[in-house]
Amino acid sequence: MANVITITSGKGGVGKTTATANLGTALAQRGCKVAVVDADIGLRNLDVVMGLENRIVYDLVDVVEGQCRLRQALIKDKRLPELYLLPAAQTRDKNAVDPKDMIKLCDQLREDFDFVLIDSPAGIEQGYKNAVAPADQVIVITTPEVSAVRDADRIIGLLESAEKRSPRLVINRLKPSMVKRGDMMDTADVLEILAIELLGIVPEDDSIVASTNRGEPVALNGKTRAGMAFQNIARRLLGDEVPFPEFNNASGLLGRLWGFVRSRPIDFKARN
Amino acid sequence: MPNTSVVIKGTKDGLSIALDPAVPLGDAANELTGRLTEALSFFQGARVVLDVGPRAMSESDWQRLQGVLSRSQIVLHSVVAEDEASRQAARAAGLHAAPPPARARPAQSRGAHAEVHTEGILIRRTLRSGAAERHTGHVVVLGDLNPGAEVVAGGDVVVWGSLRGVVHAGCMGDQEAVVCALYLAPTQLRLAGLVARPPDRGEGRPLGPEMARIRDGAIVVEAWDRAKR
Ligand SMILES: Nc1ncnc2c1ncn2[C@@H]1O[C@H](COP(=O)(O)OP(=O)(O)OP(=O)(O)O)[C@@H](O)[C@H]1O
Ligand SMILES: [Mg+2]
Repeated sequence: MANVITITSGKGGVGKTTATANLGTALAQRGCKVAVVDADIGLRNLDVVMGLENRIVYDLVDVVEGQCRLRQALIKDKRLPELYLLPAAQTRDKNAVDPKDMIKLCDQLREDFDFVLIDSPAGIEQGYKNAVAPADQVIVITTPEVSAVRDADRIIGLLESAEKRSPRLVINRLKPSMVKRGDMMDTADVLEILAIELLGIVPEDDSIVASTNRGEPVALNGKTRAGMAFQNIARRLLGDEVPFPEFNNASGLLGRLWGFVRSRPIDFKARN
Repeated sequence: MPNTSVVIKGTKDGLSIALDPAVPLGDAANELTGRLTEALSFFQGARVVLDVGPRAMSESDWQRLQGVLSRSQIVLHSVVAEDEASRQAARAAGLHAAPPPARARPAQSRGAHAEVHTEGILIRRTLRSGAAERHTGHVVVLGDLNPGAEVVAGGDVVVWGSLRGVVHAGCMGDQEAVVCALYLAPTQLRLAGLVARPPDRGEGRPLGPEMARIRDGAIVVEAWDRAKR
């Protein structure tokens, strides 16, 4: 039975789609069977980031409306045999789907996959609600900017009142040099406000832009800093205790950081 | 420890400067000079109230502090002193002096208010961005009050955590209402009809629990250790 994990953020453009593609890739590289679902209906781009745009025949709305079977809409990744994409509809609006549809759809996916990763649209409207409804776990992405953190906080509050399991946090686009100069919030500042478990820190990395343009998630190349960070997050999702090497050089911060980092292995059983 | 003998707070009407009575006047004056030069533009044109607490001040002591302030082009609006002789000395130095309105123990100064059986609610969670709580009585938050969250209360507000959002205590006009927090760094603070925000150029982080209340028609924030006395 799969773990359904929704990746959401509140503020737009902070890296949800990038994270979904890369975590899907990293988990599939570790031998998990993974479905990534683009719930950003009307603004789909998970397929582009994964380089699968030209293979789309059916989409999520077609499945929900019974135009095709789920299997027909799932696109197999070019590189990793255990990775599949369920694309969003480009031409429909998000009201074509409701939370009940998403729960039903994910229940079907659960049977065949170890992980179902859902890329949520920005905001707190219908599309967000659709994306979060089926989630067993939620990953909240933020950048270390005051406005992004504010919106992440809002989302965390909504998830808490919906009695979802407390979400975990990924901080994206951290620039250590700016933090050092005091021009950017550091990890401790972000955690002080959000006070949820830290799942990962992804540095600002130009290789993300380059790889996105090529349609090859950066996690395929574990040598890039961002790719390494996504690999680490995937390992943490699998229950491994992975230290935060990104922070070894940020003096004084580590002690405080560790205070927040509790490893909470997920209830993941390898498919057999 | 640096910067502890002089506490400068923004208030609705301007700025309040409080000198720690336990620190020798010369040291406090030196620190004041340093603090003023650090943030000169911030102080210029501001209406400033100087609070010396229980310290005994002579006329020449007052003149010395006036000298420090006037070198930074700051004109004192008034001074606050507990000691009647000190107030007289201030008047002799040409200053407008007032006793502290609520310097005594909270139980006394707040009179019947402290004992009034006002209802309250306990919120046992962190109020995150977008949350808004309103109550006619007191509000206690067992958690943080984050930026973007708001509490409006007829009575007092106590946050057993970090207060970074907006709080309005005494929203129906209670001048005795207070706001306390383990870490008081609000976006904006309102007490009765007064509004205060922390100075734009931060004075660094609060070092411990603090209490905000109205004193002399202005919002004053003090370390809890000091405020409870
Ligand atoms: N760590 C990073 N370093 C450099 N660039 C990044 C990083 N993460 C994301 N980006 C870039 O930021 C942009 C936005 O990323 P992405 O599309 O993943 O955000 P999103 O949250 O899905 O946006 P939306 O809310 O519009 O769906 C992209 O151009 C992406 O390449
Ligand atoms: Mg996206």
